[in-house]
Amino acid sequence: MRFIMNGEQLDAEPAAGQCLRTFIRDQGHFEVKKGCDSGDCGACSVIVDGLPVHSCVYPAYRAEDRIITTVAGLGEPGDLSPVQQSFVDNAGFQCGFCTAGMVVTATTLKPEQLDDLPRLLKGNLCRCTGYRSVRTAVTEGVCAAAALRGDSAVGGCGGICGGHQDAAAGHADSPVEAANAAPPVAEVVDVPVTEPPASVPTTLTVGRSIGAPAGPRIVSGREPYTLDIAVPGVTHLKLLQSPHAHARILSMDTSAAEALPGVRAVLTAADSPEALYSTGRHQFRTDDPDDTRLFDTVVRYRGQRIAAVVADSIAIAEEACRLIQVDYELLPAVFDPEQARQPGAPRLHADKVSSRSRIAEPDRNVIAAVHSEIGSVSEAFEAADARVSGTWQTHRVSHAALETHATIGWVDDDGRLVLRTSSQVPFLVRDEIAHIFQLDPERVRVFTARVGGGFGGKQEILTEDVVTAAVLKTGLPVQFEFTRSDEFSIAPCRHPMRVSVELSASADGKLTAMALDVLSDTGAYGNHGPGVMFHSVGETVSIYTAPNKKIDAEVVYTNNIPSGAFRGYGLGQVVFAMEAAMDELAVELGIDPFELRRINRVRPGEPLVASHVEGDDLVFGSYGLDQCLDLVESALRRGNDVPSPEGAEWSVGTGMASTMIATMPPRGHFSTVSITLDADGSYTAGVGTSEFGNGTTTVHTQIASSVLGTGTERIRIRQSDTDAAQFDTGAFGSAGTVVAGKALHAAALALKASILRTASEIVGAWSEGHLEADGVRIGEDFVPLTAIAAAAGGSITETGSEDGALRSLAFNVHAFRVGVNSATGEVRILQSAHAADAGFVLNPEQLRGQIEGGVAQAIGSALYEEMILDEGLVTTQVFRSYHLPQLADIPETEVYFAETDDSVGPFGAKSMSEAPYNPVAAALANAIRNATGVRPHELPMSRDRIWRMLQPAG
Amino acid sequence: MHLHSIGATVDLNTISRIVPARTRADLAPLDARTAPLAGGSWLFSEEQDHLTGLIDLMTFGWPSLTLTPDGLTVAATCTLAELAALPDDQGWPAHPLFFQCCTALLGSFKVWNVATVGGNICASLPAGPMTSLFSGLGADALVWRSDGSDERIPVAAFVTGNGTNQLQPGDILRALLVPLTSLQARTAYRKIALSPLGRSGAVIVGRLDADGAFTLTVSGATLHPEQLVYRTVPDAATLSSDVGAIASWFTDPHGAADWRRAVSTVLALEILEELR
Repeated sequence: MRFIMNGEQLDAEPAAGQCLRTFIRDQGHFEVKKGCDSGDCGACSVIVDGLPVHSCVYPAYRAEDRIITTVAGLGEPGDLSPVQQSFVDNAGFQCGFCTAGMVVTATTLKPEQLDDLPRLLKGNLCRCTGYRSVRTAVTEGVCAAAALRGDSAVGGCGGICGGHQDAAAGHADSPVEAANAAPPVAEVVDVPVTEPPASVPTTLTVGRSIGAPAGPRIVSGREPYTLDIAVPGVTHLKLLQSPHAHARILSMDTSAAEALPGVRAVLTAADSPEALYSTGRHQFRTDDPDDTRLFDTVVRYRGQRIAAVVADSIAIAEEACRLIQVDYELLPAVFDPEQARQPGAPRLHADKVSSRSRIAEPDRNVIAAVHSEIGSVSEAFEAADARVSGTWQTHRVSHAALETHATIGWVDDDGRLVLRTSSQVPFLVRDEIAHIFQLDPERVRVFTARVGGGFGGKQEILTEDVVTAAVLKTGLPVQFEFTRSDEFSIAPCRHPMRVSVELSASADGKLTAMALDVLSDTGAYGNHGPGVMFHSVGETVSIYTAPNKKIDAEVVYTNNIPSGAFRGYGLGQVVFAMEAAMDELAVELGIDPFELRRINRVRPGEPLVASHVEGDDLVFGSYGLDQCLDLVESALRRGNDVPSPEGAEWSVGTGMASTMIATMPPRGHFSTVSITLDADGSYTAGVGTSEFGNGTTTVHTQIASSVLGTGTERIRIRQSDTDAAQFDTGAFGSAGTVVAGKALHAAALALKASILRTASEIVGAWSEGHLEADGVRIGEDFVPLTAIAAAAGGSITETGSEDGALRSLAFNVHAFRVGVNSATGEVRILQSAHAADAGFVLNPEQLRGQIEGGVAQAIGSALYEEMILDEGLVTTQVFRSYHLPQLADIPETEVYFAETDDSVGPFGAKSMSEAPYNPVAAALANAIRNATGVRPHELPMSRDRIWRMLQPAG
Repeated sequence: MHLHSIGATVDLNTISRIVPARTRADLAPLDARTAPLAGGSWLFSEEQDHLTGLIDLMTFGWPSLTLTPDGLTVAATCTLAELAALPDDQGWPAHPLFFQCCTALLGSFKVWNVATVGGNICASLPAGPMTSLFSGLGADALVWRSDGSDERIPVAAFVTGNGTNQLQPGDILRALLVPLTSLQARTAYRKIALSPLGRSGAVIVGRLDADGAFTLTVSGATLHPEQLVYRTVPDAATLSSDVGAIASWFTDPHGAADWRRAVSTVLALEILEELR
């Protein structure tokens, strides 16, 4: 069939049941993304004959004789459309995976429709930004486009977008500085030593709102993600999944599947290597229990993979999966974590050796436990003036990164295994793949393109292992892409926890005792189970000083879907309980909740105490909790112009919560980074950590350029490739700035020293010169960088390392004013204010975006999102049954930064990517309690739950 | 008719042929393995592994919106975008209800460009806003039976449960017939979900006919549309009590049954207030 795509006449035949999204991608137009394949997220939006559609639910054959426009047809880097330019200028993206669809959709809007934006954008989901920047980008972009078309007299929009003098020209008040803007120095090429340019003082790029280097590519669909590449001869892999929660596979007949034309291999337990491993990845593989096989003969949750088919197409692979016959012996299953640790419960991993698999008590389904007491809480409780207690329950949440997990694997020309994967931890994946398959790590290369969101969900091996097995068995390139339903039924979710807290205090508000009891459900496999549990009872307790502290925590196996790493890594769950108990204590004592935190907050110089006294590796490199409390309290007192809803059914209240987080994971987080002065006088850094919208790459260009006295556009970052850097533990634990960034800082300092030394040698001067953007000035002499590189043999490379031996502490405080409707259970956020102590702020706009995004994700967890399980079966497998926050759901959050300067982090910065998530649910719950007099104890605080909570008893 | 799957799909890989329908005879191949296709926005959104063929109804070329002496005929293949843009040139007091109900679709305005009225009703999900609209307007579904006969069934009775309706394999929904009296009635609309614009937990439509009859249609909250019909406007206590007595409230990820019952009552009373 013939059709026109982005102005090009094409002729191709779709399969009968093919959707337009995959058909367009088959034509090599990878700019059209998949987020859901059910018409809910909008990442695949394209324009067909002038009408925007979700191409994933548009029958491909209907494109015959039609004109299709994708995001790439709207503009290109250097010639962006007004809407595309507005997304760059307003930082309207983070990972950028939703951006193609956002831009396409916005392109079809008119200024007069902008008042209706919440409805018009309900089919465009963004998991990263929290929508404030998206709303601004769409509004200004639509108005600029209208102005360009000459739609109306006044700036195209009659002033709807507000504030632009010249909307068409764009962005006079843009918050973001272009990453590729001309540097504030003269262009110098091959200038002889004797004719130096005028000396121009270089302004530091750190501390400025530099835009993401990939921005123009992202908004025009040119930035490739994991699967945005055509690998010749690629085959496709699909999994057969268990329908049973607990069963033994007695036999499996794969003969019909293997006989199907186009099937290249069927992988089963017979193909499993001997090694037990964990899908969860850490610097030390012993952090997670070895309880997983590639394909096991015992299945422990519904959805567990039991076989895989590699075939020439997804259709054939799916058909072959349907032909596999499996006989099961059903085993008793347990879904409740309390029952799971009781005598007589089905044991999930009793076949493992406790010490070898690192499972504390396989007979009780307990992987790890903490039981500690400092002082005596019972005595303190008896003697206290005030005492509160309660039990709270958190739920399962999906990371819902818009790019699903995916890997393409192949064998390269040198015979090495190559994995191109959507991962936060390429080096850890390499090491574990080598371990599982007994390969030399040197013979494995793992890399990522830009990753479309992570949030902890890609600190796992979920696709890489099975792709490796398939590549090793077939020798063919193999692609495996999770569907959205795979994300819900296979990929780990946030650990649900039952948390009991008891607190006591004296009449003056001083805590006398804290007792905490945590039960964490890690599901069928223990990936991240111990780590999340240990972390959950750390900074949640040590943030407050009390003489008596008791912690009991256990993480147990159940026949539910595995839980895993999720933004906050356990803190948010316990914060929800701890900060609610603190709120209750404030009510009990008649003390303002901000004041109660001020009274009890841990102060610099005091020991950090939770289950034990923290060691010397965790220090107060800076301290801004006091400022955060003041900033949020005064924001709340100041209020905003949002009126409270009227009517007897509405009540209004405020609530807050405060949190602390270590700036990186304990026991070491490692990065070794290189940076090279290239022959052309530019710099290339090799950094191991991944970019998935966290903005690490931007910050790295700022750090390097600030040290090297140049602009960010002179810094190229090669990243997240085991071939491009020596090592990086990975992008988790908020380590991108404080570990990889610090290593890069050290590397850049070393390179600067080498450059200055080489320049001195060229000039023959004793004195050290001054490094400028284009060269080194020594007295009257100026040595261009190109000359320095040439003198050093063409280039100079230096490395820098960071081991995470010293960690600092960061703080967040959030407060809400809410209205609660007792007749419907609606919780309406009237004001949202957040203060963060991130040390020196390297990139204010980007940090604001991180915080807004974390808050939005947490509002989703707190009010809307819920994975629902029925005897272990996840029944919410699409976005239409699992409500990701839309633009309409997220209020603007006032973001404040404490002014501190950290002694540990680079340029005084601290990490701030997970932390903004942590206080939100508790602050919301406390506001609901303040409004209604009834305290929520369960997440999500959905309208039906809140309504029921407010019904009169009986 | 059939059970909905819970998983999303990429392509409909078991489909080997799509046949364009131009005459009623082209529908003959419809059976348990061959389904009618309209806009495709629902069919392509979920696994359909039980299907091998589709028959495209869009190629019939039925006029989407037809004025008749009896009222309005809406083709099953009319898109929501066309319906939402229904011209307001007849002075029908019920006109706003068309757009209002379109906004109750979970899908975005981009889905409106392809999703059809008939497809939405035939999916027969409780939250189907076209079921709310046309049952609220007292419309009939015109069904083409596989034996060649035609049958008119009130839309409120056409949808029989969560994902079930009165179509048998081989049947299709041809059109919705909206009586003029309903178009000339005053209507009121309320929707609530667990989030501001989320999938409907309840869609309540009230209709006050010129002769004083009052009809309340509860949908979204119940397994199938429930209608309360009064010859005159009821008092609040009666309406509240009657809504509360409805038996088919249900629980799914979009709301618990007890909440749906409570908020439906709240919204019903708002509608009563608006139309009184």
